[in-house]
Amino acid sequence: MASCDPALLDPVSRAAGLDPRPEDRRHALWIPGRSALRQRIPPALLAAAAAVGGLMLLPLAYLILRAGDADAGTWNLVLQPRTLGLAFRSAALAVCVTAASCAIGVPLAWLTARTDLPGRRAWTVVVALPLVIPSYIGAFALIGALGPHGMLQETLAGPFGVERLPDISGFPGALLALTLFTYPYVYLVVAAAIRGLDPSLEDASRVLGRSPWATFWSVTAPLLKPSIAAGGLLVALYTLHDFGAVSLMRYNVFTQAIYIQYRGAFDRTPAAILSLMLVGLAGIVLVLEQRARGRARYYRSGTGSKRPVTVVRLGRWRWPALALCCGIALLALVLPVGVISFYLVRGLVGGESLALSWSAAGGSIVVSTSAAVLAVVAALPVALLSARYPGRVSSVAERLSYSGYALPGLVVALAFVFFAANFTPMLYQSLPLVVIAYVVLFLPQAAEPIRGALLQLSPRVEEAGRALGKSRLRIFGSLVAPLIARGAIAGGGLVFLTAMKELPATLLLRPTGFETLAMRVWTGATAGLYSRAAAPALLLIVVCALPLYGLARRVEVREMQDVDVRAE
Amino acid sequence: MRVRSWVAMGLLLCGGLVAACGDSTEASDTSGDDPLVVYSGREEEYVEELLDDFENDEGIDLEVRYGDSAELAATLLEEGDSTPADVFFSQDAGSLGAVSEDGLLGELDLETLERVDEQFRSPDGTWVGTSARVRVAAYNTDVLTSDELPDSINGFTDPGWKGRIGFPPGNSSFQASIAAMILLDGEDATRTFLEGLKANEPVTHFEDNEATTRAVADGEIDVGLVNHYYIYEVAREEGDIPVANHFFSGGDAGSLVNAAGIGVLEGTDQPEDAQALVEYLTGEPGQIYFPAELVEYPVVADYGTPEDLVPLDDIDEPDIDLSELGAMLAPAQQLLLEVGLL
Repeated sequence: MASCDPALLDPVSRAAGLDPRPEDRRHALWIPGRSALRQRIPPALLAAAAAVGGLMLLPLAYLILRAGDADAGTWNLVLQPRTLGLAFRSAALAVCVTAASCAIGVPLAWLTARTDLPGRRAWTVVVALPLVIPSYIGAFALIGALGPHGMLQETLAGPFGVERLPDISGFPGALLALTLFTYPYVYLVVAAAIRGLDPSLEDASRVLGRSPWATFWSVTAPLLKPSIAAGGLLVALYTLHDFGAVSLMRYNVFTQAIYIQYRGAFDRTPAAILSLMLVGLAGIVLVLEQRARGRARYYRSGTGSKRPVTVVRLGRWRWPALALCCGIALLALVLPVGVISFYLVRGLVGGESLALSWSAAGGSIVVSTSAAVLAVVAALPVALLSARYPGRVSSVAERLSYSGYALPGLVVALAFVFFAANFTPMLYQSLPLVVIAYVVLFLPQAAEPIRGALLQLSPRVEEAGRALGKSRLRIFGSLVAPLIARGAIAGGGLVFLTAMKELPATLLLRPTGFETLAMRVWTGATAGLYSRAAAPALLLIVVCALPLYGLARRVEVREMQDVDVRAE
Repeated sequence: MRVRSWVAMGLLLCGGLVAACGDSTEASDTSGDDPLVVYSGREEEYVEELLDDFENDEGIDLEVRYGDSAELAATLLEEGDSTPADVFFSQDAGSLGAVSEDGLLGELDLETLERVDEQFRSPDGTWVGTSARVRVAAYNTDVLTSDELPDSINGFTDPGWKGRIGFPPGNSSFQASIAAMILLDGEDATRTFLEGLKANEPVTHFEDNEATTRAVADGEIDVGLVNHYYIYEVAREEGDIPVANHFFSGGDAGSLVNAAGIGVLEGTDQPEDAQALVEYLTGEPGQIYFPAELVEYPVVADYGTPEDLVPLDDIDEPDIDLSELGAMLAPAQQLLLEVGLL
């Protein structure tokens, strides 16, 4: 059984007797704002969160410092109608990419978790895989394949005499590329949440005669609202800070204006002001997400019964469902891998040696794994604070944790160049600095799934422990930690995968001579040797795919065993 | 199952660690006690061999950090006096100019400076060119002959070129040629040119000069606006291609001659070694390497012109101070954006 927001389940849940006190709904809701405010935040937690918040403040501090040099000329340059237009384009792209990612990610999560989709287990992994393809490589492949004179046109030219396909660059191309390679954020976060749901709620709805479709919309979807919002947030902020895909697709957004100032005008002051505006835009997204997430809280009181979930029979809907999976896999996975392989083979035929850079692979794995572990450690206090002690302090800490993720990698990298070179020269151009920069860039990817897991765990479990006289630390270790392990692994996995693809911060902060696979791809591509970029690109995809496979399999295994913690 | 996946992950991690450590020890082997730190905006692929030769010939160890020229310039500006770099080797004059303007580059040895053609060095003596490149129109020889191409880049606004031209608008070399046009003809004339070009529906989805040149070879476009050496680069990967360079003779921005160059950081603690590198690149080893390996123009008059290339003296190049070009890059990008080409 579970306790949850009765308004969400009404009226089926009430009929099913899920709402313990239908006559007094407010009490059925655990409203953290009230009971938790009276609880004092443990000082250790507060100190840890403050330390993380301080680290996250560095890029903002740098930007404010640089923006301080602004004179009237700078403001004239920045405050043009064009800037507002760019902000609007960025926002429009972020909204559309997020909506499209949810439209793809949520159904896929449900199909792979709850239905008899043919080949369900394989699809669980396959539809998550596009995450490992860097969006700039994906965009490059899309242009090569679907562009006006791309491979598709070449294929069609023979039999049908097609001389030119419509140009996909601009808004449609940017939307397509970003959606295809970021929807897995929504998919993974939502899939984890679906697996954490108590199947008895959906069962109750079906027993009461609702169709699977109606059950999804009236029971499953509302319960998933927080995780959809969390996944959507990751996608929206990714879209705001992305530069590679939008510039390849030549859709002008805010990041372009920032890059022009850095790389064309070499003027850091307007770049800083524009970056701060981008942070402001991200702030609006955060507020929207908080609205979307709502105040609803849903907890399982325990792990529920061990019985397996009821599989929804798709019937003749299985074919459209299968077509959706195939279509997405074709565009987001087969197509980019195919294009890269084409360049690889062409290079090999042309006498290029297969330069598989194992040391670069090793470098990528070491920094990305370290970043994943450190990001989870840093995300814990933020997520705990946000989920257990909502209030002004925790919302400040939480929003700060997003500031790095909202900025282009180059901006965060330059902030670290400035601070490290001038104040901690020992740390400058060292691996620890690269790892720290990754944590600042990707912290929300670790924090969101952890918070999601925490929100599925009733604080009553902890309250019960405290009532039994156990210490906070003890309760955390024996009750909370095992239960949030799922979120931590998912979050760490997301950070790992994103860090594997990172380029600007790696280039500027690494120790000289240190290489990653993403750098190898870049080195090959800038020298104009696509065939040389192809091998590390494929290796990058394979190295990322292995842990993702493990992650997805693990979720599957979990589903069978479920978490064996007797909380009650 | 669970155990197995953990073991697999562990093995993967260990492998990575070993590989990374192996890599770092290797790196520390080659670096002696205090190597000369070079920030290189020129690609590893193209200059590594020359820099290796320098280490062997001069007995000076180098530690080279490769990156994008503009981003390395931004890095140098942020590092300020705390920079670990001794030398900045840049793909273009603009990045060197930006670093020099902040007072971060020291003055070079006069003798070295004066060896190099005046147009390829900064007036204040803080940086010097190492090799030069010319903007050209690469055209498909199956479709066109050189005399069908216009004398001036402005000729491409003629409606006859509709749908036949291509260029990479995001590329810094292309943007530098637009910046040169602003310097020569002013912003209004440049806007008029870009609008005329835009009206001809150019193909602009290319990421770089190389992709543009490939598109000329494949017949997707008839003419590509690129640097002169890309036809050789593409030919290296593709074999024979039906593409040739057309040099503009109108004396306008279309045939801008730009230089890659080098400067020494003001705060370097190894000025002699740094100066030795500058001398090496502007001296015989560098001036023979760039034309022979990269088909670039030497910047010292004595070394002649690579085969197949029109001598610099015969190119009616625009009269431009390269150190002023950097300041026009941002306006050029702005114009490209406003016209809708970027």
